Amino acid sequence: MTLTLGHFLSLGAMLFALSVIGIFLNRKNLIVLLMAIELMLLAVNMNFVAFSYYLGDMHGQVFVFFILTVAAAESAIGLAILVLLFRNKTSINAEDLNTLKG
Amino acid sequence: MSQTLSASTLLAVPLAPLAGALLAGVFGTTFGGNWIGRRLSHTLTILGVLVAFVLSAMTLKSVAVDGAYFNETLYTWMVVGGLKMEVGFLVDSLTAMMMVVVTFVSLMVHIYTIGYMEEDDGYNRFFAYISLFTFSMLMLVMSNNLLQLFFGWEAVGLVSYLLIGFWFNKPTAIFANMKAFLVNRVGDFGFILGIGLIAAYAGTLNYGEVFAKSGELGGLAFPGTDWMLITVICICLFIGAMGKSAQFPLHVWLPDSMEGPTPISALIHAATMVTAGIFMVARMSPLFELSDAALNFILVIGAITALFMGFLGIIQNDIKRVVAYSTLSQLGYMTVALGASAYSVAVFHLMTHAFFKALLFLGAGSVIMGMHHNQDIRWMGGVRKYMPITWITSLLGSLALIGTPLFSGFYSKDSIIEAVHFSNLPAAGFAYFAVLAGVFITAFYSFRMYFLVFHGKERFDQNPDAHHDDHHGHDDHHHHEPHESPWVVTVPLVLLAIPSVVVGFMFIQPMLFGDFFKDVIFVDAAKHPAMVKLGEIFHGPVGMALHGLQTAPFWLALAGVAASYYMYMVNPALPAAIKARVQPIYTLLENKYYLDWINENILARGARALGVGLWKGGDQAIIDGALVNGSWKLVRGISGAVRWIQSGFVFHYALVMILGVFALMTWFVWGDALVQLIK
Repeated sequence: MTLTLGHFLSLGAMLFALSVIGIFLNRKNLIVLLMAIELMLLAVNMNFVAFSYYLGDMHGQVFVFFILTVAAAESAIGLAILVLLFRNKTSINAEDLNTLKG
Repeated sequence: MSQTLSASTLLAVPLAPLAGALLAGVFGTTFGGNWIGRRLSHTLTILGVLVAFVLSAMTLKSVAVDGAYFNETLYTWMVVGGLKMEVGFLVDSLTAMMMVVVTFVSLMVHIYTIGYMEEDDGYNRFFAYISLFTFSMLMLVMSNNLLQLFFGWEAVGLVSYLLIGFWFNKPTAIFANMKAFLVNRVGDFGFILGIGLIAAYAGTLNYGEVFAKSGELGGLAFPGTDWMLITVICICLFIGAMGKSAQFPLHVWLPDSMEGPTPISALIHAATMVTAGIFMVARMSPLFELSDAALNFILVIGAITALFMGFLGIIQNDIKRVVAYSTLSQLGYMTVALGASAYSVAVFHLMTHAFFKALLFLGAGSVIMGMHHNQDIRWMGGVRKYMPITWITSLLGSLALIGTPLFSGFYSKDSIIEAVHFSNLPAAGFAYFAVLAGVFITAFYSFRMYFLVFHGKERFDQNPDAHHDDHHGHDDHHHHEPHESPWVVTVPLVLLAIPSVVVGFMFIQPMLFGDFFKDVIFVDAAKHPAMVKLGEIFHGPVGMALHGLQTAPFWLALAGVAASYYMYMVNPALPAAIKARVQPIYTLLENKYYLDWINENILARGARALGVGLWKGGDQAIIDGALVNGSWKLVRGISGAVRWIQSGFVFHYALVMILGVFALMTWFVWGDALVQLIK
């Protein structure tokens, strides 16, 4: 059995779906939320890599590096915000964070 | 038209009473600080009316003898488009006669009031009102255009309202003045529609200009129908006259207006204001002559009023109400005369009626004073011994009213009956029957009242109600006998009795058959020959009186007097027996043909129900409920849904975003296929 593009795309879709479910089902912990977002980015990266390989175009893999870099920076900022949030609210419970409500 | 009257003299006629009214009304009441006392305020107002009367008499003399004529606009109020609104005077024989009648009766009533209202707190106010009335009535009759006529028309209505409710602490008086005001609104609505139609089609409100265009108006049809425009105009104008002159079915306010003091019943609700409608129709004769339909309508309404209001007079026990129903019936006679195209006869009857009916009312007022404010004729009787002047003058007034030959009422009333007899309109047959039967009824109720008040047993000690509600504070008088009224009351009675007797004899020849109303009242003799035929059989006032002895009206009147004499003097048990026999008819009459009931329960309640319906259904449900509250409820509902979506949780927003992405992706990928599928 050979690995086709479809398998990689399916893996990417599964990862993406897992991360979406992770965002929605998670009511407790903001760190899990950040991890789910990271996973979502990874799912996208998986698609990039797969298309890059099967189309023979290296540009896609260059993009993956960029995305990984940006994701790392994003995680750093996200965690920093999280620390500040915890100092202010003494909670990182997602259910307590509804100040966007109008 | 040889001599022109001076405008300043004419202007002084209405302004003199107005000045008196303002002085007494402003400075004689608490409103202006009570600066002038009773004596000064009645002197001022009487002086004003006296000036008006003297000037009116001079005007009548120069109009009747020297042929003077005045028709000028004195002041232009405003010009709207081509329509001019002006104040001006038209003085011809009709106006001059009305001016003299109005100012004379008003002067008599002013003098009489000194005695009648002596004990009243509103003495100065009353004088101010009646002088104001005189001003308004003079503006009405002297006008040379419809707008000023309408001003006078409404002003007399206002003063009538104020005076009916003069004793504003009395709930019945307040009810009566509101009723008079509202019923008159119905009539005035028709009147203003008529004026509006004239303004729209003739383009002017000036009498002379309107009459010059009457031929043109006569040829037009009412838009959208095949009715004659002139018929619609005339009927609208006549509806105004029906309200003011209390014609069936708008007569209901007049009997109730007797809640006001007696002097104004004489002045406003018998002699002058209620005849404004008759005057107006006579003034508009060039228009009414063009419409046979309107004349027939007038005949029928007048005949119904003349006959059926007379019936009601028979069963009344309040002395003023008997006279009030008699007034209604006589106004019906005048209206019938108008319908028969005998305008001059109507105006003639208006004049004689003004004298003898003012006399009867003032006589009734004198009796009421003598009886210590008892108005119920069942508790009078034998008064002639105590009040000889009132007795004689009331007898003369009653004789004039029933049409005894040589008295004034005979000439005017017989002329009406004959004119109706000669009229060739379809409704004239019914009207002729009604006015003939009316003669009997008139004689019967007049002399019923006369016998009950002035003759028979003295019953004034037996009045069960007399000692309860005395607010005049002179209880000791009650057990005394009636007394004759002071000279300020009896002098006007005597002065009114003289014209009541002689005025018909003196003026029938010039007014009906001479040139007096030439160029003023227009009759299309070819179409409506009643007046011409009436002239043919007229051979002088004495001849008419002698001839009158042989005709039906005289014998009917005699029969009426005899019947009332038998029933109330010879056999007083008879009326009760008759009443018991014809109980349903009596009940019908007692309830005034249930017209008040219909007005109150069907018209007034219907209007209230409609109002409540519009208030609850239209205002509260649709405007308040659906439009005003509905809009905020809609906004609240939508924003409630939006608020629910905006939970504040980031993951909810993210879900929506992702769902949106899915939807867009689906559309991009399978959109075309979906569209194909739906097609």
